[in-house]
Formats: sequence, structure tokens, C-alpha cells
Amino acid sequence: MLFAVLIPLLIACFIPALSKLKTKIHTGIFVFFVPFFIFIYFASFIGTDFSPVMEQYNWIPSLGINFDLYLDGLSLLFVLLISGIGALVVFYSIYYLDKSEQLGNFYVFLLMFMSAMLGVVLSDNIFVLYTFWELTSISSFLLIGYWHFKERSRYGALKSMLITVFGGLSMLGGFILLYVITGTTSIQEMIQQADIILSSNYLPLILGFILLGAFTKSAQFPFHIWLPDAMEAPTPVSAYLHSATMVKAGLFLVARFSPIFATYEWFFIVVSVIGIITLCWGSYMSVRQTDLKAILAFSTISQLGMIMAMLGFGTPIAIFAAVFHILNHATFKGSLFMVAGIVDHETGTRDIRKLGGLATLMPITATLAIFGTFSMAGVPLPFLNGFYSKEMFFDATLGLGSGGWSQVIPYLAVIGSIFTFVYSMYFFFGTFTGKKQLDQLPKKPHEAPIGMLISPIILVAGVILIGLFPNMVNAPFLQHAATAVNNAVEYNKISFWHGFIPPLFMSLAVVGIGTVLFITRKKWQAVYNFLPGKTSFNHIYNGIISKLDTFSKRITNFYMTGSLKTYMSLILSTVLIISVVYMFLTDGFAFSTNQLAEPSFIEIAVVAVMIIAAIATIYMNHNVAAILVLGVVGFGVAILFVIYRAPDIALTQLVIETVTVALFLLCFYHLPKMRKSTDSLKTKTVNAIISIAFGALITIVAISANSSRWFDSISDYFVENSHKLGGGDNIVNVILVDFRGLDTLFEISVLGIAALAVVGLIKMKKNKEAE
Amino acid sequence: MYKYKTNDLILRTTTSLIAFILLGFAVYLLLAGHNSPGGGFVGGLMTSGAILLMNMAYGFETVKKVLPINFVKLIPIGLAVAAATGAGSFLFKQPFLSHTFGYFHIPIFGEVELATAMLFDIGVYLTVVGVMMTIILTIANDKD
Repeated sequence: MLFAVLIPLLIACFIPALSKLKTKIHTGIFVFFVPFFIFIYFASFIGTDFSPVMEQYNWIPSLGINFDLYLDGLSLLFVLLISGIGALVVFYSIYYLDKSEQLGNFYVFLLMFMSAMLGVVLSDNIFVLYTFWELTSISSFLLIGYWHFKERSRYGALKSMLITVFGGLSMLGGFILLYVITGTTSIQEMIQQADIILSSNYLPLILGFILLGAFTKSAQFPFHIWLPDAMEAPTPVSAYLHSATMVKAGLFLVARFSPIFATYEWFFIVVSVIGIITLCWGSYMSVRQTDLKAILAFSTISQLGMIMAMLGFGTPIAIFAAVFHILNHATFKGSLFMVAGIVDHETGTRDIRKLGGLATLMPITATLAIFGTFSMAGVPLPFLNGFYSKEMFFDATLGLGSGGWSQVIPYLAVIGSIFTFVYSMYFFFGTFTGKKQLDQLPKKPHEAPIGMLISPIILVAGVILIGLFPNMVNAPFLQHAATAVNNAVEYNKISFWHGFIPPLFMSLAVVGIGTVLFITRKKWQAVYNFLPGKTSFNHIYNGIISKLDTFSKRITNFYMTGSLKTYMSLILSTVLIISVVYMFLTDGFAFSTNQLAEPSFIEIAVVAVMIIAAIATIYMNHNVAAILVLGVVGFGVAILFVIYRAPDIALTQLVIETVTVALFLLCFYHLPKMRKSTDSLKTKTVNAIISIAFGALITIVAISANSSRWFDSISDYFVENSHKLGGGDNIVNVILVDFRGLDTLFEISVLGIAALAVVGLIKMKKNKEAE
Repeated sequence: MYKYKTNDLILRTTTSLIAFILLGFAVYLLLAGHNSPGGGFVGGLMTSGAILLMNMAYGFETVKKVLPINFVKLIPIGLAVAAATGAGSFLFKQPFLSHTFGYFHIPIFGEVELATAMLFDIGVYLTVVGVMMTIILTIANDKD
């Protein structure tokens, strides 16, 4: 099984070489065999006596992340869809994509996606599942932007990337919470610990996070907006990713985790309500579209909403119908996308307003389309599989009990289905019947080559076969999938005729009202000017994106002014706020006077002079004067060192002060004259407040630090051992060169670097002038 | 900086005396550092002060002739001496920068204490002289 998951990735490594070497043969021919053999391999598992298979491989055992693969009925359904439709899509793409396209890229992305999707549905480990989940997002991004020279492609790719990755990340958050609560990374073990999860306080958060992941991936309301824009991808991609496989990953996730959450009432409420809203909104919006693929995109959204709603209901019949509809939808939607691709390929346009009357020109395509659309609409005919799952859907909505507002659900289901019927009819009759408008078409339409038709024919054959013999797929296949979801084994004998029961009347109502609405479509179409109107979610998305853009730009411009003064005041005020808050929180203020010495008159006098000099520095209007006055402060410090009996430091301070003043004078000789400050009074006040507050802070910190001594000083050690161990009586010097010699070594290195930097600066300036 | 030449007779005469005293004092500070105030750092600063004074009085060209030292080179030399003193302790299987000292009898001076820390201080001294003179001379000679 591991090999089956990874083989598309392995083959993808060789595709570029193949597409370069064998330019005469279409690369897709080589690729075709990959999904084909995977399909055959997994098809061998089908059977009434199927039981789940588990394979384990170590990946990161220390983190509990293992490459565990688990194949049960649900995974089997999905892997067969992925590999089966994958093979058909690759076959279709051989005829759809010309050899002049960058085929290497296309098939590498497609194989990447296939591998990722197989990984998603087969992984038993949540983190492996997440890894593959993001790989589907990335490969989907690459495929949507395949024609990267088109503006719309890039927009659609970016949009889908942002939305699905947003959901994917939140899903990761949910997974991590699950891992923390259960202590395991395996989904099957989590299902066994469902009661621990259900009694956890984090349950709403987990459910919300995971559902957000599922809803964004499966294009549920209001995250559905990326799917219509993803239609800029080549049609095989739309057929494969955006109808049959990737968008069903969210459904898979919900189904996979529903054994855990099924008994939690919010699971039912959120999933089914969102599903029903998506169903109605998607089908309503679909009728408005004029692009064939956009109709299909909104149709996909609404069908996914329907399946999601059924997964939310959680009753055995609903789960069975959901699983059944996943299969049915994949068959008819895949074929319809291929039909749309053929129409596009043969006429040069997908605009339904320019199309019409193609039935006589493209009879085979029209026949395929009629089966696809009627099955999608759920028309009660015994050879259409869409009808069976739709009737089960109605049945499921009625089975929700009479409690409160769940009675609304059947009505909403019928309304959604009516619009489904309308857009299905619109898709077929708008394209294939009516007036021919050959002068409007870029190409002269004719029937597609047979190779292009084979894939949709196979899919439509699936539609009819399942429609005629629904029980063929039931016991060996769908039962296992339904069992995997809700564990309740209930054998449903699928049959066309159940007698005159409510679901049948609902279906008939859908067809009846749908027909009326379809015929009178022109009359009520004005409603679309009001209902999505300004509240369209694309509008909101674009608004958010551009608002975020300007908002972050404004924030950055607010503090990144380029003025060093601003940065300085920001830094100082931040330090100020953090220190004050922290001192308040830890009760760090202290003021004790019991260790203070009595100040002498000389000390007070020297300090007074220093204070006066410091204040005077601020008011100096000439830079030389400012330096000289500042020098007074420096010499005052030296005197203080003398008073406090620190002869070494006093000496050093004296000499350094002299040298610094001399250096300043040398440097300032080159500088322009000091200008009068042009700051406004407000800035000056703010600066003054910040400086005074900062000075006060440092004073308070110093006093508090001095007032709260927790340990004895280590200086006694130096006093005792300076002569004994260091052989010197000057303790300062012994500390500098012996006890803490490393500091001195690096300090002189700093000096050396500074000197070299001065040389470098001035020499460089000279060189520049010389050039 | 000096656009016209003046006859600084008094300055030059006193400088020749003071510079000598300063240099001597600097050497004293360096050597006495271990037992009384002083050390390589102050000694170095004092030396640069003396040389700077000579520069002021006699002009940069003259001093260059008298003291043909490339001060930039003093920086790596000083750093190397300091680092080598530290690394020397490896020869005796001691940690980096372990110092030792002893008392020796030297003919003229009598009983004298010699410490390896003094070598380190000499490294500091050389570096400081090199750094100060490099910075001042570079900036002062940058006449544009």
C-alpha cells in the first residue's frame, strides 16, 4: 500500500526527463499507466468479505509520527475514485492538451496531487494526513496557475491557496489539540478514545478547527468562493481536482472523524446547517452563471453541500446516501466537466450565451451531457444514479424527527434541489438545443476526436450501470464505506420504486416546479441583481485582501518613519512601559535607607556642578560649547571616583575624558554648524516627558536595586586573594588582567576593531573621491 | 588645521621636557600597575597623550621622523601579545589566561616580583597606544 501511495511521486521525478526525451510521444501516455495500475491494485480489495487493512511504517517514531496506512471501506471508495478518475482524466488530457504545452510541468503537478490525495485518504496518522493535506493544496495551487501567463489564473490560484491553507492550518491546530488530549496520533486509536475527547473542555475548539479545515477544502459556505475561480485551470484539472477528488477531501475528513463527534449535538447542527446553506446558495448562484465551467463549479459546491449535510445528519440512511452520492457525483460531474472541456475545445468558447444548437453537430457529446445533467438533477428515471442518492437524501431529511427547526430542513432540501434541476436543464438545453449561433463561435464546431470521448463515455456508462443495477455496488462496496463512517450496519436494498412515499412526491415537486422555473427563467432573473449584489462573498474577500494590504501598509508607515528620533523615543518608551509594568507586577519597588552613607559637602558640591553642566548642555547653541560643557560632567565623574577612592578609574576617566573631548573637537570640525531645533512644541514636550520619565525610571531602578540586596558581595574574595593568588596588591588591576582577564582581552579587541573601522571609513571615503 | 606657521618656542621647549616626563610616567604606570594604581590601559593612554603633545608642538611630519612607528601595526601586535600570554598557559596544561608569578633576585634591582600578568598588561598597553594614535592621526590628517 505504501508503494501505491508513493509511486506517483516517484514517477513524477522522471517525468521531466521523459517529456524532454520523447518529444514525439505525448507524455500523458506514460503517466496513464500509473493511476491505472493503482486502480487495479485497489480494485482487488473490493468484495463482500472486505475487512480493514492496516500497514505501519516508522517515520519519526520519537514524535509518535508514523507512516501508518489504514484501508477501510471509506478509504477504499476514495482511492478508487482518485485512481479511477485519475486514469480517465490523464487519458482525456492526452487529447485535450496539445504537445506544445508544458506537459512536463502538468503531469508532475498532477502526479504530485495524486500521491497527496492517496496519502490523505489512506493515512491513519493525523500529522501524516496533514502533510498530505497541504501537499494537495500546493499541487492544486500549481495546477490552477498552470497557465501562469494569465492574470485570472494567478488570481484564482492565489485565492484557493489562501483559503485552503487558512483552513489547513486551523485543522492542524485541531489535530494538535486532539493529540494533546488523547496522547495518540492515530485516528483509529482516537476513535476508541472518543469519550475522552467528548468530555474534554476543548471539544468546541477541536470541532471548530477541524471543521474549518474541512469546510475550506470542500468549498462550503462561505469559503466556496475559491472554487469558481479555480476554473481557470485546464479542464482535466477541473474535472479531477475540483469535482471528483480534492474538494471531497473535506467530506472525507468529516466522515473520518464523525465516529468521534457524531454524538455531539453541535456537530450535527454546524455540519448540516452549513451543508444545507451551501446546497441552496450554490444551486441558486449556479443558475446565474454564463460560463459552462462556472455553472459546474457552483453545481459542485451545492452537491458538496448536500453530501456535507447528510454527513451531519448522521443517521444510517443519511450516511449511506452520502457515501453513495460521493460515488455518483464523481461519475456524472467528471463526465460533465469533460463535456464542457470538449465544447470549449471544439467551439473555442465556454460562454453559454454564444453556444446553442450543438446537438446536431456534436451528437455524442450531447448524449453524454444529457445523461450527466439529468442524473445531476435527480430526474426520476431508472437508469440515472443521481436519482437514487437524491431520493435517499430526501428520505434522510424527513427522518430527522419532528423536533423544532429541523423541520425546515426538508423544505430547504427541496428548494436547493429545484435550483439544481434548473441549472442542470439550463446547462444542457442552453448548450445543445436552441438557435445555432455559428458566426459567434471562434471555431467551426464539429464532433470531438474519439480519444477525447472515451473518458466521459466510461463515466456515463458508470452513471447508467449504477442507475440500472444499483445493488451491484452496494454490498461489496458502499456498505463497507458506510460502516466505516457510522459503524451501524444496515443493509439497504437500493431500489428504484419504493411506492408512493413522501420522498417520491418531493422529487416530483422538484421536477414540476423546476420545469416551470426553467421555462420562465428570463422573467425572474432580475432577482440576481439584488440577492448576491453587494453582499457577494467575492466582494467581501477582495475587500478583506485589499483592506489588509492598506491596513498593514498604514501600520508600517506609522512606526517606520525613517526618523531616528522616532525610533529612539519608541525604544525608550517601550523599555519604560515594560519596566514599570513589570516592577508593578512583581512589586519590585523598594526604598530602604539603612545602608546609606552620609554625603559629604564636597560630594554634594561636585554633583551640583555636574547637574548644572548637564542641564546647560541641552541649552547650548554651539556644538563646541556643548562638548566643553559636557566635559565638565566627565571631569566631575572623575572627581567623584577620587572621592570614592577609585584611583585607577579616576585616572582612566580623566585621560579618557580629555581624549574624548579632543576627538569630538577634531570630528566636529568637519560637521556642519548645529542648527536650531525645528521641532514643534508638541514633539518637544513629548520628548521631554519621555526623557524625564526614563531618567526617573533609571533612578528608581537604581534605588530599588540598592535597597534590596539579596546576597553578599563577592568582592571579599578578591580582597583576600588578590595578593595570595594574583601576586599583586592593586586589586582592580589583578581583577582586570588575572581574575577576569578574558573581559580585558575582548575589550582591547573592541578598541582595535573601532580603530580599524575609523581607518576604513576615512580611507574608503578617499578612494571614492579618487574614482 | 594649521594654516600658518608660528614660532611656538615656549611650547616646543616645554614640550621636550614634559613629553619626556609624561613618557616616563606612562612607563611607571604600566610597570607599577600590579601593586599600585595604574596598568596597561592608563599607561597606554598616557603614552598616546605624550605623543599627541609632541605632534601638536612639532607637527605631524617631524614626529613621524623621530618616531617612525606605524601605529596601526601596534594594534595586532598588542592583541597578539595579550592572546599569546593567555594561550601560553596551555603549555602548562592550565586553562586559558591562567597567570603565575614569582620572586626573583636580579642584580641591580634586588628582590623583584615578576608576574605573567605583566606580559598581558604590555599587550593591553601596545593595543591602547595603537588604537588611540590611529584614531587621532587618521581623523586629524583627514584635511578635507
